[in-house]
Amino acid sequence: MEIDRKMVEYVAELAKLRLSEEETEQMQQDLTKVLQYMDVLNQLDTASVEPLTHVSGVENVFRADKAAASFGRDKILQNAIAVEDGCFKVPQTVE
Amino acid sequence: MREQTAKELREKLAAGEATACGLTKQYLAKIAAGDAAYHAFNTVNEAAAARAAAVDKQLAAGLATPLAGVPIAIKDNIATEDMPTTCSSKILEGFMSPYNATVVEKLTDAGAVILGKTNMDEFAMGSTTETSYTGVTKNPWNTAKVPGGSSGGSAAAVAAGLAPVALGSDTGGSIRQPCAYCGLTGIKPTYGAVSRYGLLAYGSSLDQIGPIAHTAADCAAVLQVIAGYDEKDSTSAKNVNFDFSTALHDNIAGKKIGLPRNYLGEGLNAEIRAGILAAAEQFAALGAEIEEFDMPMMDYAVPAYYIIASAEASSNLSRYDGIKYGYHPESFSDLEDLYLSARSEGFGPEVKRRIMLGTFALSSGYYDAYYQKALKVRALIRQAFDAAFDKYDAILSPVAPTTAPNLGESLSDPLAMYLSDIYTVAINLVGIPAISLPCGFDAAGMPIGMQLLGAVWSEEKLVNLAHAYQMHTDWHEQTPTHKEAE
Repeated sequence: MEIDRKMVEYVAELAKLRLSEEETEQMQQDLTKVLQYMDVLNQLDTASVEPLTHVSGVENVFRADKAAASFGRDKILQNAIAVEDGCFKVPQTVE
Repeated sequence: MREQTAKELREKLAAGEATACGLTKQYLAKIAAGDAAYHAFNTVNEAAAARAAAVDKQLAAGLATPLAGVPIAIKDNIATEDMPTTCSSKILEGFMSPYNATVVEKLTDAGAVILGKTNMDEFAMGSTTETSYTGVTKNPWNTAKVPGGSSGGSAAAVAAGLAPVALGSDTGGSIRQPCAYCGLTGIKPTYGAVSRYGLLAYGSSLDQIGPIAHTAADCAAVLQVIAGYDEKDSTSAKNVNFDFSTALHDNIAGKKIGLPRNYLGEGLNAEIRAGILAAAEQFAALGAEIEEFDMPMMDYAVPAYYIIASAEASSNLSRYDGIKYGYHPESFSDLEDLYLSARSEGFGPEVKRRIMLGTFALSSGYYDAYYQKALKVRALIRQAFDAAFDKYDAILSPVAPTTAPNLGESLSDPLAMYLSDIYTVAINLVGIPAISLPCGFDAAGMPIGMQLLGAVWSEEKLVNLAHAYQMHTDWHEQTPTHKEAE
C-alpha cells in the first residue's frame, strides 16, 4: 500500500516520535517500499488459519503471591532524569 | 595458528597449567592491543582480574564448576549490574541495570569470567552492526567488511581471538549470520530454552540468547550452562535438561538430512551453493542420508517476520520515555515534549523505521491486514516445518545469500537488507533451534557458513551433526590470516 505524508505524521504521533522534514520524507518512501513488498502475503489464503502469536504453547503462568526481596531504592533511581525525596521527579502531568 | 577453545582452556586450568588470572590477563591484553582495529567491545570489564582471582581460589579449593576460569564476552543487550548495558543505543548510553540477566548469574555460578560487553546493531535491529551508536565493528577476516549482525561485536571478538567464547542473541538470525560471516559456530536455541530475563527486549516471541564459539563442542558447553527454566521468564520452558556429553562423537549413520532445493536456487551466491553441496557430501560420507526436497513458504518468511518483529519492537520500545532511565534531553517544555525529545534524539534511523512500521501494523484499521495476517502466515510456516521434520532429522541450509558485504553497502536500502535475512528469520518465527557453522571460504578468503535446522528440542541432534562434521573438517580451525602476520 501507498503511505502518504499524513499517514507518516499520524503514525509518528502514535509512536511518540518527532520526525524532521527530511526524516518524514525518507520514512514515507521507506515504509511505502517495505509495505508494498509485504503485500506478497495477500497471495496466501489464510481465511481458515488461526493466528500463531506464540510458539511455545505456554498458557498463563501463575505463582504464589509471596513477598520477596526487591531492588534497593538507590539502584532503581540511579538512572533517573530527576529524583526528589527518593522518588522519580517528572514534569507536571495534570493542570 | 588456530585459537584455543574453551574446552582446551578448561583442560589446562584443570591440569594446573593455566590460571584464571593468567588467562584473563592474556585476553584483556589482547583486547587492549587489538580491539582498536575492530571495535568489538563497547565496554571492557574492569573487575575481570579481581573476578578471575576469586575463581582461582575456588579452583584451588577443588571446586570444579563447568566453566571455571573461562573468559567470555557478552552482547551489550544482556543486563549486567556492574557494567553499562547500552544496546549500542544513544537512548541507553551509560545505563546501569539494577540486576544481572539470568544468563549472567548462571555463567558466574559456572565460574566464567566476563571480559566485557560487545557491540551490536542498535537494539539488535540490523544485519551488519553498522546501526550501532558506538560505531561500526569490523570483520577480523577483512576490516573493510562487516562482521554481520546484530551480534557482530561478539562474533568479531571470538574471530579475532579477543575472547574464546561469547554470548549473542538471535531474533531473526543475529547469532547465526555473524557466525557465517566470521567463520564461527553459533546456536540459536529452541524458543524457551534459555531465560530472557535481563535480555533487553526486541521481539519477545522471537528473541533467544545463545553461544558463539569456534566449535560446536564449545557452544554445547556454554548452552548447557545457560539453558533451563527460570521463574522470572514465564516463557522459559520447564524440564529443559540438555546433556551434550553423549552427542560429541561422529556416529551420524542413518541420520536423515533434508536439502531444500529451492534454498539453493537463484539469489544464492554460487560459491556458497558449492560450499553447502560439498558439506552435504561430507555428511553423506559420514553415513547420513541426504535427500533433496522443496521447502514451501520460503518467500513469505521475510515479510511475516518484519511485520511481527517490528510490531513487538514498537510495543517493547515504548518504555523508553526519558524519565526512569535512558537518555534525557537537556531541556524540554512539558511532559509531552520530554517524551518526544528523548525518543527522537535517542533512537537511530533503523530503530525509528521499525518502530514506525510496527506501530502502523498494529494501528486501528491496519491490524488485521498486516499484523493478524502475518501471524496467520506464521502458522502456515510452522505447518511447513512440522511436515519437513516428520521426514528429516535436520535441514541443511545456507545462512546468508552472500559472504560478508563491504562496510557502508547495506544501510541505504532497508528492504534489500531485510531480504538478506531470507534463510534465517523463519527459524525464529517457528521457535526451532539451528546451529550455524563454517563450511568453506570464497575466492576472496571470506568465510562461508551453513546452518542445520532441527525440530524443537533437537539441540543434541544438531550438536552431534555439527561436531561430527568438525571432527572431519578444519574450516572451524582457520583464523584470520593477517593476525598471523603480527
